[in-house]
Amino acid sequence: MGDFLAVTELTKAFPGVLANDHINLTLRQGEVHAILGENGAGKSTLMKLIYGLYEPDSGEILLEGKPVHFNSPRDAIHAGIGMVHQHFMLIPALTVADNVVLGDEPGRIRYHRKQAEEKVRRLSAQYKLTVDPAAKVGDLSVGLQQRVEILKAFYRKAKLLILDEPTALLTPQETEELFVIIRHLRDEGVPILFISHKLDEVRAVANRVTVMRAGKTVATLSVAETTSQQLANLMVGRDVVLRIEKEAQKLGPVLLDIQNVEVHDKEKHPRVRGVSFQVHAGEIFGLAGIDGNGQFELVDAIAGLVNVSGGSVRFDGKDITHLSPGARTETGIAYVPQDRQVEGLVLNFDLVENLILRDYRRRPFSRNGWLSRQAAVKFAEDLIRRFDIRPPDALRKAADLSGGNQQKVILAREVARDPKLLIVAQPTRGLDVGAIEGVHRQLLHLRDQGKAILLVSLELDEMMSLSDRIGVIHNGVLQDIVDAKTVTREKIGLLMTGSREDGTARISSLDLQEVRKP
Amino acid sequence: MSVLLNPQLWAGTLSLATPLALPAIGGTFSERTGVVNIAMEGIMLIGAFFAVSFSYWTGSPWLGLLAAMTAGALIAWVFAWAAIRLASNQVVLGMAVNIFAAGITAFLLNTIFGYNGTPPSTASLATITIPAIKSVPILGWFFYQQSVLVYLMLVLVVVSHWFLFHTRLGLRMRAVGENPLAADTLGLNVWRLRYTGVIIGGVLSALGGAYLSIGILNSFDVNMTNGRGYIALAAMIFGKWTPFGSFGAALLFGFASSLSNSLQGNAIPTDLIAMLPYVLTVLALTGIIGRSVAPAADGIPYKLDR
Repeated sequence: MGDFLAVTELTKAFPGVLANDHINLTLRQGEVHAILGENGAGKSTLMKLIYGLYEPDSGEILLEGKPVHFNSPRDAIHAGIGMVHQHFMLIPALTVADNVVLGDEPGRIRYHRKQAEEKVRRLSAQYKLTVDPAAKVGDLSVGLQQRVEILKAFYRKAKLLILDEPTALLTPQETEELFVIIRHLRDEGVPILFISHKLDEVRAVANRVTVMRAGKTVATLSVAETTSQQLANLMVGRDVVLRIEKEAQKLGPVLLDIQNVEVHDKEKHPRVRGVSFQVHAGEIFGLAGIDGNGQFELVDAIAGLVNVSGGSVRFDGKDITHLSPGARTETGIAYVPQDRQVEGLVLNFDLVENLILRDYRRRPFSRNGWLSRQAAVKFAEDLIRRFDIRPPDALRKAADLSGGNQQKVILAREVARDPKLLIVAQPTRGLDVGAIEGVHRQLLHLRDQGKAILLVSLELDEMMSLSDRIGVIHNGVLQDIVDAKTVTREKIGLLMTGSREDGTARISSLDLQEVRKP
Repeated sequence: MSVLLNPQLWAGTLSLATPLALPAIGGTFSERTGVVNIAMEGIMLIGAFFAVSFSYWTGSPWLGLLAAMTAGALIAWVFAWAAIRLASNQVVLGMAVNIFAAGITAFLLNTIFGYNGTPPSTASLATITIPAIKSVPILGWFFYQQSVLVYLMLVLVVVSHWFLFHTRLGLRMRAVGENPLAADTLGLNVWRLRYTGVIIGGVLSALGGAYLSIGILNSFDVNMTNGRGYIALAAMIFGKWTPFGSFGAALLFGFASSLSNSLQGNAIPTDLIAMLPYVLTVLALTGIIGRSVAPAADGIPYKLDR
């Protein structure tokens, strides 16, 4: 007894992946229990199993000692499980009170809005979740919206709270405020599951931590009795890296030179803060980091898809900071974007059309505004042969191809332009082992031909085996640039979480400004 | 200036606003739950036809009104089934309903009533002049000899507002039109709420049609709605998807039509005045006058993966 929630031997498989492999977990009354793990470690799957969004293949969930079986989130809510999703389930056009009471409103036919607001006011006082019940949710900051989500859970009499990556969208100050709330709730006796991949946050707020890796629970430890180093090792794992045979490097001149680049998101929050590095011809420069730390915003900025708000981007000796994406393409930059189905291809177009997407305006594909289908087909068939795209049918829609072959189509299109710099984001995401090997070989081949390659990947193994140098980014700040030949996984893992060996974190000037603000 | 002092201008404004306000409020119900409804034109035609037919067959315009509402609910139900259950494209469906309605009403008119159309003996709805209001300046002009449906419409404006913004069901319907996933996880029945919205919309649109056939006249004519369903759509958007807004926009558009009637033979081309509703709607949509924002999930089918 004493365990409020117990998960025993919980298993969930999806086609081709064992997402949760005999998971064991206990949550005690009055503790904050962190689930720590890299992306893809199976944290989300576990939460969805507990919340009734998925059904387990085997294993058991015990709530207050009794086995429970949830068919939908409704059952889980009814049993007293409250969940705050990473992406909020709120209705911006309605007020805070409307959002909180929706589905269980006070009143019979008439909706007693005043009564709803009063109830919400009482709840927010009880749990110290200050927010104006009459405010429109769309007008609130992200931090306040999160409070509305927590209030929703308590309005439905939640006895236990699951927070799924709750700090992902918060500013540093909002994160601090959230931690105060979490500690207060814990002291009130509410057990909390805190899902995170951020070491420092786990250390700041959790009592116990369960580390997950590759679908398994690796260890459950008391946070007070463990070190960051230990947690990082457990999280990343010490499995032997399968090194890929690389030829000796023939380093050329600097091709890409970015200085103090700043990128803001739509809400004007800084995502990339003063990053500088250079990429040479003939090298693969890896940009490592935990998802959401600014790496994708940075490559989008280099490709010209988002504007930089500060700093400069130079390519091949020219300032390209303010060029359009098309103009950058003309200077010899190619881009393999993160989401191949959304950004990389037009799925409803056939391979011919997809392969000339970048060059359709030019001869021989276009003459005086008329497309030459004949030239395009010939070009496509040639690429299909060279890149071994299967099935070798130029008239097939991109949607009909496997993930690996879709990636080959994008690589073929980008490489065929003979670029000097290739930016590659998540090139092997979701591919099977054979396809991954093909992509890796292709990238190394390009490197040996003297191309510069900027690689962004969330796969640490891939990063370490392909890259010559690795820059590690955390919270938008470049922590360090390390030599991929000599660095250890543990060191990169620590850098990715913002900690350095001497225990200090590298803080940007922006952080300092925020601290100084009243 | 003398035009504005003409009582007929103001009576005409309210009268012409009625067949716009009813479907506009109907559309509001549908779109607030997240189903884009451009089928008002077609549902109005169906309503107009069945109102006249049943008024003629039963001798009671009230039973005609009931028949119009039933027919409107039925066709809206079919539309809702395809739009919600089958997750079909709502704009294409709406156009299909409009084309179908134009065809079927023309066919039925010919088949049932023959070459001469609906008989002139058909009863129409009563008109009322409230004595207390009659002598009030301006207000009296508005309400001079209006059909009972005009008064019903005014009641419906208020009731609809109360329903959408002050009842639990109204809150739920609006929630489903904004974020069906969030509503679903809270235990709301997304599909049923959307059906409710679309069917209420159908009933109100049919009432708008019935006003044309047994309110102002006592006959049905092929394509007699003449695009009013689309102007109602514009009124709904111009009115920011609210009952009061829709009514206000309908009044404005009704005034434009009434004015162009009164100015016939004058120097100002009436076609230009008739354009006014559309110009105003485009301005509202582009944000030049009081930005109009649709419900967030308007037009997006919600699929259950259970």
